[in-house]
Amino acid sequence: MAYEMVIGLEVHTELATKTKIFCSCPTQFGGEPNTHVCEVCSGMPGTLPVLNKKVVEYAIRTGLATHCNITRLNKFDRKNYFYPDLPKAYQISQLYLPICTEGYVELTGGKKIRIKEIHMEEDAGKLLHDATPDGTLADYNRCGVPLLEIVSEPDFRSAEEVVDYIEKLRAILQFTGVSDCKMQEGSLRADINLSVREKGSDTLGVRTEMKNMNSLRAIARAINSEFERQAEILEDGGKVIQETRRWDDAKGESSGMRSKEDAQDYKYFPEPDLPPIVITDEQIEAIRAQMPELPEDKKRRYMEELGLPEYDTGILTGSVALVELFETVSELCGDAKTTSNFIMGDVMRLLKDAGKQPEEMDFDPAALATLIKLLNGKKISRQTARKVFEKVFSDHIDPEQYIKENKLEIVTDTGAIKPVVEKVIAANEKSVNEYKGGKTQALQYLIGQCMRELRGQAPAQEVTKMLRELLDN
Amino acid sequence: MERNTLSAIELSAKIRAGELTVKQALDDAYARIEAQEPKYNCYISLCKEEAYRAAEEVQARIDSGELKDAPLAGVPVGIKDNMCTKGVRTTCASKMLENFIPPYDATVIRKVQEAGMVITGKLNMDEFAMGSTTETSHFGATKNPCDPTRVPGGSSGGAAAAVAAGENLLTLGSDTGGSIRQPASFCGVTGLKPTYGAVSRYGLVAYASSLDQIGPLANSARDCAAAFLAICGRDEKDSTSMDYTKFTLADVESYDLAGKVIGIPSDYLGEGIDPEVKQAILNAARQFEALGARVEEFAMPIVKYAVPTYYIIASAEACSNLSRYDGIKYGYSAPNPANLRDVYVKTRSEGFGMEVKRRIMLGNFVLSSGYYDAYYNKALKAKKLIQQSFFDAFQKYDMLLGPVAPTTALKIGESLSDPLKMYLGDIYTVMINLAGLPSVSLPCGQSGENLPIGMQLIGKPFDEQSILGAAHRYQTDGRAE
Repeated sequence: MAYEMVIGLEVHTELATKTKIFCSCPTQFGGEPNTHVCEVCSGMPGTLPVLNKKVVEYAIRTGLATHCNITRLNKFDRKNYFYPDLPKAYQISQLYLPICTEGYVELTGGKKIRIKEIHMEEDAGKLLHDATPDGTLADYNRCGVPLLEIVSEPDFRSAEEVVDYIEKLRAILQFTGVSDCKMQEGSLRADINLSVREKGSDTLGVRTEMKNMNSLRAIARAINSEFERQAEILEDGGKVIQETRRWDDAKGESSGMRSKEDAQDYKYFPEPDLPPIVITDEQIEAIRAQMPELPEDKKRRYMEELGLPEYDTGILTGSVALVELFETVSELCGDAKTTSNFIMGDVMRLLKDAGKQPEEMDFDPAALATLIKLLNGKKISRQTARKVFEKVFSDHIDPEQYIKENKLEIVTDTGAIKPVVEKVIAANEKSVNEYKGGKTQALQYLIGQCMRELRGQAPAQEVTKMLRELLDN
Repeated sequence: MERNTLSAIELSAKIRAGELTVKQALDDAYARIEAQEPKYNCYISLCKEEAYRAAEEVQARIDSGELKDAPLAGVPVGIKDNMCTKGVRTTCASKMLENFIPPYDATVIRKVQEAGMVITGKLNMDEFAMGSTTETSHFGATKNPCDPTRVPGGSSGGAAAAVAAGENLLTLGSDTGGSIRQPASFCGVTGLKPTYGAVSRYGLVAYASSLDQIGPLANSARDCAAAFLAICGRDEKDSTSMDYTKFTLADVESYDLAGKVIGIPSDYLGEGIDPEVKQAILNAARQFEALGARVEEFAMPIVKYAVPTYYIIASAEACSNLSRYDGIKYGYSAPNPANLRDVYVKTRSEGFGMEVKRRIMLGNFVLSSGYYDAYYNKALKAKKLIQQSFFDAFQKYDMLLGPVAPTTALKIGESLSDPLKMYLGDIYTVMINLAGLPSVSLPCGQSGENLPIGMQLIGKPFDEQSILGAAHRYQTDGRAE
């Protein structure tokens, strides 16, 4: 029987505000345990939350960028549960009136993934299980870091769609300045709700949930593995149990954590310590007016105005770092097309080889612009440009100085080429004779010898022309 | 030792006039406290060292002229032990927080200090402010100075008894469902429960966040007014606190009842009320008429829903607010837990008393899925109706008059075995918290057993001025001002 997977996603993203959502502690990642805490975020008796207005602004930005409705009367609710990383034993979140509803994100092929809602909440702390042999320690630095939870409808049908969506969402969050989305630091995490049904059916199967996934590779693997597991159960006539499962990426398999029967009753109720937040049309319009150009708008502009291919614009606009690089370099060198080609080819290859994310690039964009100018001015060969860029990328060298020191400039002076060609002719009597006897391949060999002598720094055309002149006469 | 008959305002005037030093006033307060504490147990902790240090600072500020217009400068003040005091333990009368020393001051503590008052210590109360008798304290019951075989009321029993015993001329309590007004009534003192949002709750250990308010207790409405003016106002740290158009003490002192209309909810004088209490209220009504007001009875049938509505909402918020006492970060932590669940179960079983556990369980029940709509949501609707019925009443009346409690002070031990009876005793006070209104409780007579009877004047939101003014008028009627 043919099965299909149905997936809904809950993405949690930490917001890039300077201070926490309900106190003025810094949100900065890391730091010695419990150094970014105060009486409020450590849940001391008698303390009260005060909402950071920036969080509301960032949530609205996200909502506008994902075509959501913005809720005008917002309230916070308490989600109650005991766990040592949650000092108040309740999380301040939004259940009844989330700030954004009914939006969408468009995938590469044009399919729209509907967003059910986006709500504001506070992050919990971290437990350090291995810091001491005597037990577990709690670090509250992350307590109160603002989060958005972006809840999709169950619109995904493959792991590829999920990965594409997260990449698109990440780009939106980065472009709007809402989050830095560093998945490795946990600032973007996804819960995957997955069920399986017969292809063509319009009823939903029983779903399982895998929480706190923070790598795209693990997400794709977990989805495919869970799909197979559920499909196998259904194929054998069994029933999938509604449960939360833990994905073990090292083992490449998931295991059950707790079933629906053990599901917690969070006893949500309205947070009495925070009055309702009223959002006006004026506020929304002011935020809309300040919105930076979003990835989908940039993509359209790159295609229409710069004539870049759709595939390339998709890659470029997938990351703030790539867009910044592209726009800076093409501005400096005045050649968007070559800049785009260079990024698509060399930059992407070097990133991949180094195992780095675009955000981790640290070379000077001006150096790349210089290289492109030299290339366009036929001062260096494409091959030289590539080699020098590798040095720019990894060692931050000054390209002009490096080219000079290593004599990598193209030799355009025929006076400099001629003695080399003459030398090669004199040293390769056999090939010269073969050429003169009609073997045209022999010419290729001689060109190669000349280029080697010239260390590639002369236009092959010039060399060929010179060789022919000398041989044919 | 004779009861101190000075008012707090008069004491401060003497200090500021140089007739008495701040230290002498503090010496006197501690002498009274130490002489009477064995009898009444009003205090959980004294903070003498901090107090004498503060006294020196306040004296210097008085001498420099900085506090010349501060009507309570130099006055020793006792604080209910659910307001956080930096460096001084804050127990909420619970084993759970027996050794908890807050790293920060509540906003009211800061304001009290800015106004030049000197904090003598932390006053006894029902555990986490849950109770109406101060018998649920982990540190033993407080006894009523008017009759030590009786309870002082609660939960601010220590705060009321300390004033009644003359240990302090002024104390701060908190009122979630009557916890300032009812002990004031039982002990024969005056107490103000301000409008919700008038005084910052920052640093008040939460019982029911949407109902809690801090307020003063003293021998007169005038002293309460001065204290209220010192502590009220918007606080950036409490999002539910409000900007406040301040009135002055002079406005209270010159309040005129002529032409004012006072309403008495007839349902406040119905079934269950002690006839002596009812008579005292009617007598007070006649006195208000003599002072120029018109007094009318009107029907307020919603009264019968007040107690269940209150206990559902307060317990729901309490169970969430008290979840943080989990043995992990501060406070009591049960020894030798087998696992994480054990940390929670043992700590909370051993650290909380019966009444607190009862309300936590009640709160969890009304919030649990399947019961939320039937209880919590319904209670929110009832709360709206209660607010509406007060709003309607204030279309006609400048203020409302009624009893504080159906009875005078109960015997110690009488209500512990029957919590429902204790809850029903809150019928006249809890509605005021649900509606967020200000109310002042003041003595209006004595029973045949010489026990004080209290009445309350309920005001429009943020109209503390009128109820304090009317109370002041009543208290100074026939006396030279």
